[in-house]
Amino acid sequence: MTQRLAIHTLVESRPDAAAIDAWMAGRRFPVVEGSRVTFVYRGEVDAVALRHWIYALETRRALERVAGTDLYYLVMDVPPRSRVEYKFEIERGGAQEWILDPLNPNRARDPFGSNSVLQAEGYEVPDWTRHDPRARPGTLEPMTVRSAAFGGERAVQLYLPARLRRSRRYPLLVVHDGRDYLEYAGMKVVLDNLIHRLELPDLIVAFTSSPEREREYADDPAHGRFLTEELVPQLGARYPLVDQPQARALMGASFGAVASFSTAWHHPGFWGRLLLQSGSFAFTDIGRANRFGPMFDRVVALVNAFREAPSAVSERVFVCCGVYEKLIYENRSLVPLLDETGMQVRFVESRDGHNWEHWRDRLREGLSWLFPGPLMMVYE
Amino acid sequence: MNRPEPPHAIVLCGAQRFDPTLGRAVRALGLDGPVALVTAGFQEREAEDQDIRAELGGTVENLRLHARADEAFAADAELRAAHRERQGALRHKQDFYRIRLEHALEAQHVVSQRRAPAAILAEEHEASLAEIRQLDAYHLGQCSRIHRAFETAVQPFERPAIARHRDELARILAASSLLVLAGGHVATLLNRLRLFGVAELCPGKPVAGFSGGAMVLCERVVLFHDSPPQGPGAAEVLDHGLGLCPGYVALPQPEMRLRLDDAERVSVMARRFAPARVLALPSGAAVTLEQGRATRVEGALLLTGDGTSVPFGPKGGA
Repeated sequence: MTQRLAIHTLVESRPDAAAIDAWMAGRRFPVVEGSRVTFVYRGEVDAVALRHWIYALETRRALERVAGTDLYYLVMDVPPRSRVEYKFEIERGGAQEWILDPLNPNRARDPFGSNSVLQAEGYEVPDWTRHDPRARPGTLEPMTVRSAAFGGERAVQLYLPARLRRSRRYPLLVVHDGRDYLEYAGMKVVLDNLIHRLELPDLIVAFTSSPEREREYADDPAHGRFLTEELVPQLGARYPLVDQPQARALMGASFGAVASFSTAWHHPGFWGRLLLQSGSFAFTDIGRANRFGPMFDRVVALVNAFREAPSAVSERVFVCCGVYEKLIYENRSLVPLLDETGMQVRFVESRDGHNWEHWRDRLREGLSWLFPGPLMMVYE
Repeated sequence: MNRPEPPHAIVLCGAQRFDPTLGRAVRALGLDGPVALVTAGFQEREAEDQDIRAELGGTVENLRLHARADEAFAADAELRAAHRERQGALRHKQDFYRIRLEHALEAQHVVSQRRAPAAILAEEHEASLAEIRQLDAYHLGQCSRIHRAFETAVQPFERPAIARHRDELARILAASSLLVLAGGHVATLLNRLRLFGVAELCPGKPVAGFSGGAMVLCERVVLFHDSPPQGPGAAEVLDHGLGLCPGYVALPQPEMRLRLDDAERVSVMARRFAPARVLALPSGAAVTLEQGRATRVEGALLLTGDGTSVPFGPKGGA
C-alpha cells in the first residue's frame, strides 16, 4: 500500500494560497516521512527540476506543479541514513538557472560553490564535527618546503597539536587537497575534537595542496618523491616525528586518494597507513579505453598494474566510498585485492556522494583506524 | 624482579570524579599517618591532584613519579635511550599481539554463532578460548622477556639518576601508612611505578587504587573498550601489573566501556581470565580486600561465565 504523505493530503484538498501558507508554516523541507522524501519549491516559474548527484538515478527529475498554484513537488524514495546534495533547476522565460533550495537551511560548501543537503531519516551531522569549547585547539602554521622534484617551493599548512612537546615524538599524517579538507570538511575542528576525546593521538598533520592536481595526483612519480624524499625529511628536521612506517600516513579523496596510493606504491614500506576516500581507482579488464576519459589514463595504468600483481604497499588501509558515487564499483573492486596482499584493510560504504561533507563524516572511523588514540589506555 | 610482599589491605575503586568512594573506603581501614600518592598516570598534569587530596584528607605527599622520570632521563642519556628502545619494542609486540588477537576473537565470535550439537559446541568454545588465553600468555611472556633484558642491561636501580630518587621515595613510603594510585594513562602509570620499583619499596603496606590505579594493582592489566570509534573493541592484555592484587582483573568505567548486556562478550571476558575474578568497577564502586578476602564492597559487579554481571559480595563471591 502506498504511504499517504503530507503532500498528498494537501494536493487532494485543492489548496489556495492561504492553505499552502498554512501547510508550509513550521514545516521542515524537504519533508522526510520515513523513507519517502518530498522536495518542494514555491514560486512563479515555468518549470522546476531536482538536480542531484546520485549516480544510480537520473540526475534530473522534474517537480510536478499543483494545479492552479505556484507550488511544485517531487516525491522520492531515499533510504534511511542517506545524505544527498542537490540543487533546483529553475526555468523562467526560457532561461534556466540552478539555485539552492530556498526552503532548506542545510547547505554544504565545496570549491564550486554550495549545495542544498537532504538529511534523510536517521542521518545526523556527527557531533564531533562541531566546535567543542572543551577541546584545546591545535595550531595551523605555514611551512615552505623546498622541492627539487617539482622545482621551487611548495607551501604546506601544518597542524600542530595543542600540547606539542619537544621531548615526545609524533605520528605524521599527510593530507592531499589540504586546503579543501580544512575549508570544506572542517578538518581542524575534527582533529581538535578527536584528540580531545582520546580517539586520536596527538599528531602532526601536513595539509598539502597542488597547483595541478589532475597531473600531479595521477601517478606522477615526482609527487611521490616530493612527499617521501623532501617533505618528510624537512618536517623531521623541524619537528619530533616517529621515524617508523606505522607512524606515517597518507590520505586523500578522489584523485587525492590515487595520489596517496601511488606514493605508497612507489615507496613501499615507507608509508604504513593509508586513508583512501572515494578514490578514482579507474581500471580496465581489457584494452586501455576507460569510462572516465583521457584524464584517467595514467590512473588506469597504475591500477591495472596493481591489479595484475597486487602487493602490500602499506600496512593498514582504510577505504571508504559513497554508494551514490559512480566510483563505488572501482572501490569495491579494489578492496579484495588490497586485502589479499596481507595489508589490514577496512572498507566502509555510506549512503552519500562524492563530496566533502561525506569525506568529513568518515574521518572519525578512518583516522582512528589508522592511528588509534589513547582511549584504550586512559582510565581516569 | 621478584613479586613484592602482598599488602595487608587493598582497596580497588571506580572513577572518582562524580561519585567518590576512595576517602570512605580508606578511612574504613582505620589507618593513621600520611598518604603517599601516585598521579603519574596524569602525565604532565601530575601536579593537578587537589581533588584527590581533598577526598583523602590529612597529609598527602605526591611521589611525583612522572616528574622524577623526566629528571632521571635528563640526567642519564643512556638510560633514556635504553628506555625509549624498550618502549618501542613493547609497542611492536603489542601491535603484533593485537593482529593475532583480533583474528582469534573473531574466530571465537564465528564459533559462537554456529549451530551444532551442544557437546561439540562446548568443546569448540573452550578451544577458541584456549587459543585466546595462549595468545595472552605468549604476549605476557614477551613483555617479561623485554623487561628482563632491559633490567639486566641497564641495571636501572644501580644508576645514580634512579637511585637518588629511590632513596627519597623509600623515606617517604616508610613514613606513610598507605600508598594510593590514581588512574589516568595506565601504561605511563605502570611504567613509572616499575621504573622506580615503587612496589618493592613498600612491602606489605596497604594500597588503594582507583580507575587505572586499580588496574595496575592486578596481575594483568587488561585494556578494554567495547565500542571504540575504529570498530569492535578487542580487549587486550597490556602487560603484567604490579601483582599486588592476585586473583582479580579490574575493569573501571564499565558504564562507558563495557556492553554488559552483551552476554557473549561478558562471558568471554569472564572465562578468558579465569580463574581470576573479573570485577567491573563503575563510578561509586569500592572493594576492600584483606588477606585475599573481600571485607567491604560497594557497587562492584562480577562478570560471570554465563554472560551476566552480578553484584560482587562482601564475602568475596557473587
